[in-house]
Order: sequence, then C-alpha cells, then structure tokens
Amino acid sequence: MNIKTKFASLLLIALQLNTFNAVAETAEEKGLAIAIEADRRDTGFIDSTAKMTMELHNKQGDTSTRHIRIKTLEVEGDGDKSMSIFEQPADVKGTAFLTFSHAIKSDEQWMFLPSIKRVKRINSKNKSGPFMGSEFAFEDIASEEVEKYTYKYLRDENLNGIDCFVIERIPTYKHSGYTRQIGWINKAEYRPEKIIFYDRKNSLLKTLTFSGYKKYLDQFWRADQLSMENHQTEKSTLLKWSDYKFRTGLKDKDFSRNSLKRAK
Amino acid sequence: MKQFYCFSFLLLSLLSATAHAVKLSGNISIQSRLFQHDALETNQHNHYNSFALEPEIYHAWDNRKQAVNFAAFYRYDQYDDERTHADIRELSWLKVFDNWELTVGVSKVFWGVTESQHLVDIINQTDQVENTDGEDKLGQPMIRFSTERDWGVLDLFVLPGFRERTFAGIEGRPRIIIDTDAATYESDDGDHHIDYAIRWLSYFDEIELGLSYFSGTSREPVLIPSIPGSFAPHYVIINQIGLDVQAIIEDWTWKLETISRKSDIENYIAATAGFEYTLYGIFETDADLGIVVEYLFDDRDELASSPFQNDITTALRWALNDTQSTEVLLGIITDLDESVVASFIEASRRIGSSFKLTLEARAFNNTVSNRPLHAFRQDDFLQVGFGWYF
Repeated sequence: MNIKTKFASLLLIALQLNTFNAVAETAEEKGLAIAIEADRRDTGFIDSTAKMTMELHNKQGDTSTRHIRIKTLEVEGDGDKSMSIFEQPADVKGTAFLTFSHAIKSDEQWMFLPSIKRVKRINSKNKSGPFMGSEFAFEDIASEEVEKYTYKYLRDENLNGIDCFVIERIPTYKHSGYTRQIGWINKAEYRPEKIIFYDRKNSLLKTLTFSGYKKYLDQFWRADQLSMENHQTEKSTLLKWSDYKFRTGLKDKDFSRNSLKRAK
Repeated sequence: MKQFYCFSFLLLSLLSATAHAVKLSGNISIQSRLFQHDALETNQHNHYNSFALEPEIYHAWDNRKQAVNFAAFYRYDQYDDERTHADIRELSWLKVFDNWELTVGVSKVFWGVTESQHLVDIINQTDQVENTDGEDKLGQPMIRFSTERDWGVLDLFVLPGFRERTFAGIEGRPRIIIDTDAATYESDDGDHHIDYAIRWLSYFDEIELGLSYFSGTSREPVLIPSIPGSFAPHYVIINQIGLDVQAIIEDWTWKLETISRKSDIENYIAATAGFEYTLYGIFETDADLGIVVEYLFDDRDELASSPFQNDITTALRWALNDTQSTEVLLGIITDLDESVVASFIEASRRIGSSFKLTLEARAFNNTVSNRPLHAFRQDDFLQVGFGWYF
C-alpha cells in the first residue's frame, strides 16, 4: 500500500465515520433541530397586527362566526406578548385578553370585561379547554415556543406535492389535552403544513391544516387559513387571517393593564 | 358639577360632529320578573315587565391616543317609578400621553378581586334598583390621572359631584321603602362635595396587589327611620383604606379584599376572603366547573348595614364552553350565626349570533326579623331576560 492509497483509504474511513456520525444523530436530536430551525426562521418579526375570523361549523351544518383583532409583540428570549380584542359576537364585543406567554413557566393572562370595566387576572394554567366554543383549544393558539415540547423525527414524506419532515412532539407543560401531536413541516420553508392531535387516551382527535401561506417582510410565512377538524365530534373550525401588518411600532406599554382597558 | 355637564355637552357635540367615523354598539332587552309569594303590601305586584336600552358610541382618533365614549342607559318598568330610570353610564374623553393617561368626564372604574361582594370598589355608586346584587353601577363624574410604570399602576381621582344610590320605589319589589327625596348629607356641600381617591396596583409574578385610599362621601347611605316603615338615606363623609390581593397558586386562585372605613359615626373593618378552584373538562366534556368559596366579614357584627357580617358564599360556576357560551352560576349565602340566608341562580346563553337569553332566580330564606334582608322575606323571584346586541 503506497502512501497515496493509504491516504485514500484513510479518507474513505473518515467519510464513512462522517456518514456514521450523521446516522448517529438520534431521531430526538433531529426533531429538536428542526423545531429550533423553524423557530429561528420566525424570529425577528418584532411585532404584528392582524384580524382573525373564526367560523364554527357543527355536524348539522350550522355556522357561527367570531371576529377578533390580534396584536403581537415579540419578546427576545421569552414567549410573545399578545392582545386579543373581540368584535363579534356582539354580546362579547370589547372583551379583551392580554397574554404574556412563557416557554416553561405558566403564561400570565388578564381578561377585560367591558360591561363592568373589570380587569381580571385569570388562572391560565389549564389551556386544554376550547377557545370561544371552537375546535381550537387555548393551547393550540398559544405562542409557539421550542421548550413547550419534546420532539422526535419520524420520517420524510411528500404531502400533496410538498416535501415534509414528519415530527412527533409531546407537550412538556402540565394540563395539556394531548398525549402527542404529529406535525408535517415543510422542508424548504420550515413551516407547518399539517398537525394531527391525539387526545389524553391517545386516540385520534383533530387535524389542523394550514393553507394560503404568504410571505411577509421577505421572511415570515403566515397562513391565511387554518382549518381544524375534530374527528370525534365531526365539528370543525375555520380560522381566517387578514390585514397582517408587521413592525407597526408597538411597544411594551401597548401590552399593559391600562392599554387592555382601552383596547376596544 | 355645572362645568361638568357643559363639558359633557361639548363631548356630545364632538361625537355628533364626527358621527361618520363613530362606532355604535349596545343592546335592547326585555325583562320579566315573577314573584313566587304574595307581596307584603298591597301596592306591590307579583309580576313585573320592563325593557331597557343601552346604546354606546365610541370614537377614537390621533392614532387611538384620544377617544370619546358615550354610554347611556334607560329602563322602563311597568309599575316601579323608581326603576324606570335613565343614566349616563359614560361620557368621557380619554387622552393617552407617553407615560400617563387622562380621563375627563363621566366614567366607570372597577377595583377588586372577589366575586360575592365588592368592598374595595368605591368610585361608582351602585344602581341598586337595577338588581340587588350590587353589580350595576351609575356613571361617576371624574378626572382620572393614571400612570403605568415598572412599579405598577398609579391612579389619582378627583370626583366632583356625588351620585345618590337608587332604590326601588313604593310599588317596586324587592324593596325597603326609602324616600330618596329626603336624602341628607353630613357635608354642607351636599352632593357637590368633591371626593378624592388614589389607587396603586401592581403584580409580582402570580400575586396581584392593590392598595387604595378614598376620602369623600360614602356611597353607602346610613338609613334613618323617618315616617313609620320608611327610611331616609343619610350620606356621611368617610375615609377608607382598601387592600385587595389575589394569588394564583397552581390550580387555586386565592382572594382577599379588606377595608377600614372611618367616619364620625363609626369605624369598622370588613373583609371578603376565599378561593376559586376550577375543574376542567368535567365528565369528559368541554365544560368547566368552577367552585367559589368566600367568607364575608364585618366587625360591626349585628349592627352592620350589610347583611353579610359573618357569612359564607358558596357558588358553582358551570361554563359549557359551547358555541352559544352557555353559563350557569348557582350559589348559596350561609350566615354562620343563623342558616342559609339567600340563594341564587344566574344563567345565560347566546341565541343565534346577536341575541342572549338570561335567567336569574333569587331566594331570601329564613331571614331573622332584625336583619337587613328581613324586608325581602316574601320576595323570592324568577327573572327572564331577552336581549338583542348590536
């Protein structure tokens, strides 16, 4: 074996080792890495405002609608701050929620009741309940933080022509309504295309489908429509987003008790 | 006071001038009250119908840094001339500056954390004729200065002009006969006395803390017997310190409100303390069941003007979390010296997208003859309401 061939074989071993290393990345590590990358790509939007319409459909085909205005402020190193203001149904017009979300510790949440002008700090530890009678639970619409789940990469899969990573995630926070979720993450854009939810008994509960993705500020993907289908009740909720605005100049003080009282 | 009404008129003109850009909302409702037992007196009735209007106009400009809000209230009652009443709930101008905000006009504020009674909440007068639960308030003329900093929210109030408490009339039910025209005041300024209040509110992690001080005319009148069977309200000057605390500890929410009130006629301490605990998704449904237990204390004991001097309120709040936002609240108030003194049910459900059906029942049980609720002993009622919201 001359020097040349020796070198070539060493190179080959190194290459093999390298491949071996790649294989050695566990499914958990790969799942986490995908979640971190998705989070990184959605960092830096600073603030946003948007309008949300929720259409609630039941088995009988009845529809009821809610209109909500939402403001979000990105907080570096912590969960986002957000304010949701109800415009419809008319009997809850002016009701507003202020949420400081956190990755590990529980979110802080205040509610404003316009008829009696009361600001109420609410115990928001349990987020498994439905949001305004819809198929979305509070935890489904809460701010996405990497630390809220443990991850496991399952496989690559083509979903309706989109190359996706398929990841399983298990909530780390208390009182979740789910044992696990399976998410299809767009490989090119690291944005979710579909999520399947399994209930506390590990039975298939809901499917969430994202559609009408638009890119804002040349970086941030936001879906225009989120459709949540409950397989157990056959009810569904369609969430439509519109009027997205970014970097509108919102400040910390726009997410305070006083600003909650005059949010209407 | 006069300047205040001039100012109010100015705000109204401003609102109408910008009518094209205002937001109109509100509700119109009908209500029926049915009493189970015959009334104590022949001039009272067993069935009352009424309707109410509650329009609200709101206009904001200057990038929402300025706003005017006008909320009016009117109720027509079939029999009770006092319950047929109108009020300006709100007619105010708000201006937001960099580090503080100013509200001038008639407005409404809420202080406190407890559910069964609101001891600390003192700025607005109770619209007692609307309901006996003390949740309805009259608009209060005010100048409010508020600043929100790292150390919390500081509110300063100047309250020119006093609003007298409303009471049911001679044909009303439930009622104690109170001659509101015979109201007297400790202050020579009468209802023109200028009151002051200050409140600091902060939170530390999961603990909310409020401290307040009020100096002025008591919202709660002393009832002085006048002609036999009737009372005249007398409003004294008080100084009141209030403290309210709420702590979220795991699934429990602990609450405390306490006041120390001083006047020329009496000094006393009263408190409400308790907890709220919620069972989520009960019986494998989306419904939540909240349990509220509060202890009500007043150190004047049997002399207390409030019926709750050593009582426990136990309530269950059942929220179905359904599309129609169905909610049921039922509770009992137990006097630890006597027995159950009152019980109630409050329920509501949205019908379609803009109607709401409400149901309320109140019962006053075993009321001992020298206690304030004694006058209501025949007045158990069921109330049905239907409202259109826009």
